[in-house]
Amino acid sequence: MSIHKGRGFATINYPIGMNLGGDPSQALVHSNPDGKFGVALSSIDLGQGMKQVTRQIAAETLGVPVEDVYVDTADSDTGPHCMGSFASRGTHRVGNAVIQAAKEARSVMLEAAAEELEVNAADLETDGKGNIFVRGAPSRSISTGEACGAAQFKQGKTVSGRGIFLIPLSDVDPETGEMTPVSCYAHAALVVDIEVDDETGEVDVKQMNSAYEVGRALNPRMVEQQLVGGAWMGMSHALWETTEPYYPERTHGPADFNQYLMPGPGDIAPHDIAILERPAPDGPYGGKGPGEMCANPVLPAVANAVFNAVGVRIDELPITPEKVLRGIKANGGARPQGQR
Amino acid sequence: MSKKPVQFTLNGESKAVFVDDGQNLLDVLRRGVGDLSPKYGCGQGTCGACTVLIDGEAHLSCLTLAETVEGRSLSSTGGLAQGAELHPLQDAFMRHFAAQCGFCTSGMLMAAKSLLDRNPNPSRDDVVEAISGNICRCTGYEPIIEAILDAAQNGAGRRSA
Ligand code: FES
Ligand code: FES
Repeated sequence: MSIHKGRGFATINYPIGMNLGGDPSQALVHSNPDGKFGVALSSIDLGQGMKQVTRQIAAETLGVPVEDVYVDTADSDTGPHCMGSFASRGTHRVGNAVIQAAKEARSVMLEAAAEELEVNAADLETDGKGNIFVRGAPSRSISTGEACGAAQFKQGKTVSGRGIFLIPLSDVDPETGEMTPVSCYAHAALVVDIEVDDETGEVDVKQMNSAYEVGRALNPRMVEQQLVGGAWMGMSHALWETTEPYYPERTHGPADFNQYLMPGPGDIAPHDIAILERPAPDGPYGGKGPGEMCANPVLPAVANAVFNAVGVRIDELPITPEKVLRGIKANGGARPQGQR
Repeated sequence: MSKKPVQFTLNGESKAVFVDDGQNLLDVLRRGVGDLSPKYGCGQGTCGACTVLIDGEAHLSCLTLAETVEGRSLSSTGGLAQGAELHPLQDAFMRHFAAQCGFCTSGMLMAAKSLLDRNPNPSRDDVVEAISGNICRCTGYEPIIEAILDAAQNGAGRRSA
């Protein structure tokens, strides 16, 4: 018996969003009389950070502190239409819709402030700390709360805005077969080091090193954590998760999540990540979104590493010990491909 | 179905409830007492989301018969923060981004607390072992392990609450 080291590499060119009859998202922004803003969306937060990122985007566009923005993503009775949280589309599609809605609300807020200060709205600026002031004369100012209060109690205005972002359906060109399914791509490259035991067929992930290009990382710490967690999912898809039996007998398969295998805290590998930022011209403040891409490169990289370690090419997931052993046996023994 | 009176303390407060024969503790905590901090993940002892401490020891409340906690002292995540002041473990989880969807967090915190109460200076392996009965689908475990080690360094295990 021996342990074989292997290294595998994969790169990803990942589309943001989808092309199924058009890809729209809407957002609604409104202020309460106290100058706190509500943002209504229908792209829900499953833990990937949708609420935080759209909150930052709304605050940045409105020109108010992030604490003054509340995002509600999950009211299916009253929320605006959105395709949903999938296809790595959340930050890009919903973020752009939020910008449009927040711009409209901001302009009403500034008009209300202008009326109170008796100046032209075009001369007003926000400081992002809750104040609106006259450009060049910061002492002439009003708080965002006072402006929103005046809009509602004195001027009879709703400080609100509607936003939609749509990537229209891209039809296939009948002549060339060409289409433009999405407007931007994110990118990743990942190297994985593994060890394969040629007696048990077990694959042990030792180290991952990766680089992800995500446009602008709107919340860098959350992006990094999404990549850490996503790579774990990739490992899990590559080596553990299946609803099929490991042996060709249905009764041996997992009957519920109780028996559905995933790597535990003792199975994880160190992972060094470099986040590269190349802002997308049509992204909200340049953001694309890490999305599904955070799991994807791990799968081919692990499969390549298994080939590198023992010379077995496995093209069906997950790469179970049984498949590795059968491959080694078919080859008449492990055939390490050598270090690259 | 007969009802049985059961008394216990939860996070220092005494509770008295009627429980059904065979009713599990998770159900009693969530529905009988109204403490929603232990989570119902699987209901069959595999995910750890329902972890609470019974006399300081971590237990899966979904597999614990409610009537067996008569006279015992329970703690749940609901009792960790002191007013606005987070428990050092909660604070470390926050700083390390150790919660994404947050569903596992409550169980992770209680598993970690029971470890640090017994062993204030755990090794990484001790931490891995302590949370190995808790499933997290989001974080990849790394930030959770880091948070627990960090909280230990900051003396979380030496705090009594
Ligand atoms: S709910 Fe108790 S272990 Fe999952
Ligand atoms: S944070 Fe989602 S399950 Fe752990």
